[in-house]
Amino acid sequence: MILVALWDLGPAAREALGAAGRLGDEIAVALLGDPASAEEAGAYGATQAFVFDGDFAGSGGEAAIAALTELARELGARAVLLPRDDRTAEIAPRLAERLGGTAVTQVVAIELTDGRPVWTRSAYGGKALVEVTAAAEPVVATLTRGAFAPAEATGGTATVSTRSAPAVDGAVELLEREAPSTGASLEDAKVIVSGGAGLGAAEAFRELEELAGLLGGAVGASLAAVDAGWAPADRQVGLTGKVVSPDVYFAIGISGASQHLAGIGGAKAVVAVNTDADAPIFASARLGVVMDCHTFIRSMIEQLRSAT
Amino acid sequence: MHAVVLLKEILDWELPASKFRVDDEAKRPPLDLGPSLLGPFEQNALELALQLKDAGVVTRVTALLAAPGEPVDGLRKALALRCDEAVQVVAEGADAADPSQTAELLVAALRRLESPELVLAGRQAGDWDHGQVGYLVAERLGLPAVGLVFRAERDGDRLRVWRVAPGGVEQLGVRPPAVLTVTSDASLQLRMGSVMDRMAANKKPITRWTVEDLGLSPERLAAARRLEIVRTWAPEIERQCEVIDGDDPAEIVATVLSRLEELKLLSRSP
Ligand SMILES: Cc1cc2nc3c(=O)[nH]c(=O)nc-3n(C[C@H](O)[C@H](O)[C@H](O)COP(=O)(O)OP(=O)(O)OC[C@H]3O[C@@H](n4cnc5c(N)ncnc54)[C@H](O)[C@@H]3O)c2cc1C
Repeated sequence: MILVALWDLGPAAREALGAAGRLGDEIAVALLGDPASAEEAGAYGATQAFVFDGDFAGSGGEAAIAALTELARELGARAVLLPRDDRTAEIAPRLAERLGGTAVTQVVAIELTDGRPVWTRSAYGGKALVEVTAAAEPVVATLTRGAFAPAEATGGTATVSTRSAPAVDGAVELLEREAPSTGASLEDAKVIVSGGAGLGAAEAFRELEELAGLLGGAVGASLAAVDAGWAPADRQVGLTGKVVSPDVYFAIGISGASQHLAGIGGAKAVVAVNTDADAPIFASARLGVVMDCHTFIRSMIEQLRSAT
Repeated sequence: MHAVVLLKEILDWELPASKFRVDDEAKRPPLDLGPSLLGPFEQNALELALQLKDAGVVTRVTALLAAPGEPVDGLRKALALRCDEAVQVVAEGADAADPSQTAELLVAALRRLESPELVLAGRQAGDWDHGQVGYLVAERLGLPAVGLVFRAERDGDRLRVWRVAPGGVEQLGVRPPAVLTVTSDASLQLRMGSVMDRMAANKKPITRWTVEDLGLSPERLAAARRLEIVRTWAPEIERQCEVIDGDDPAEIVATVLSRLEELKLLSRSP
């Protein structure tokens, strides 16, 4: 049995179900968020769906880890697959440890060799790929967004059962939740204008917002720009930020470190704007412009404004 | 409260892909590929520990690092920034690519240190990118863990921590002893430290514990291993960049817009 842990049935979840299909075993789904998607899980290859009610947000990752530990044990799961994101980052290693298994993070491919899974994961910010096998099962794997073909809807059905979230000891307690930053969602955007350290100041990000507005897109940022305090953390694109797949990704004043590129592999076209003609970003770009970013942004705003 | 920061030095993470290589035999990049530096999230973790000490929440900060060979720069740096103690687990024979084995070493060292109540780790070290060690340490010590923290304050008998989560920033209460993994934030840029402190740090001792000192047998370390590397390689990157140049910036920008329209990637609103 392969257990897939999901919070909804969005694109990342369907990719996880697609990946589960590669392991040639029966698939069960644990839904820790939206219960409405339980029935639908069957259509994507799961034979069993477990819906948990109760509060998962109130205890950090504790309740989710406890629930998945219990269920994976009960099902005798060989592997637990999770979409890789800011939530599962803390869940996967701890779940693996409680199950006496192995966590494999940042998985980008799965092959069966003599019936045994070989996991390919990325390392060195995406500069290396590593094939690994696990010494102890179950494997708890986090799957990189965009790496697996999403499961197709087949019209199957899953038996749905409901369980309650296990009680946890209260060592961690949610006190407050702050609203995410405003602005168009990066994951759904067709156009992203992303700024890096080259922008030089917070004001330049206001201009990027105007540009994004004119293009009907969203604003992104490199880690260096977030570290500088010019953009909020949930605008960060890359290995430890969002993985995006717009039609056009403008990388403005971004050097193109592998960890940043790890977030934009799904873009149909990258447009690099950088004063340094040797910046690594040009190797990953479809179009390149060697120009001062402020000149570029202002000129683009002007031309788009006059076009409307 | 005694805080221990788990540090790691990694290959310069900004080394461009064009200069990156893998030694096929060793299944990892060669050691001489570039300088080893304190990873960015480890720097953030160290800064958070020092800020907690400045705020009086923490009374003592120990920097702990597992690495083979000579004492590492990261520990000198930690001492120069006024960490109270620096400890190296001389990890000969351990494999930095296996997070479970690294956690085993660190757990043994943490057990030997004077009752650490707060363990801070970077969210992910930028070499093998596992993002596991902090959490494995928490599990093996039976401690609660909160991931992706970028701010912490005292709140009665617990800590109030701010962390990144999919639905926006969460504030959580956590009662020490606990493990936090730390992510980047504008407020967590590692301080510089003074020249005087740097000079003084060169004279401060670094405690070095061998695997034997920690009571870990080679068999025990081998048993802690979880991952077998089959193969490591550097994927090819495609180069297909069309550089748009010219003398007039406005013209270049116009060309970019029209190329994107030709490629059917952009349509200007009517
Ligand atoms: C484990 C790990 C995870 C990471 N995760 C991420 C991540 O998710 N996202 C991320 O972005 N980074 C991440 N990083 C950091 C990454 O390695 C780089 O440090 C970061 O991406 C650099 O950001 P930058 O390109 O904005 O800055 P820099 O590398 O400083 O580049 C700035 C660029 O701007 C150009 N420039 C300067 N002035 C101008 C001008 N006037 N006009 C135009 N161009 C100009 C420069 O030529 C340069 O190329 C991670 C690192 C590690 C170790």
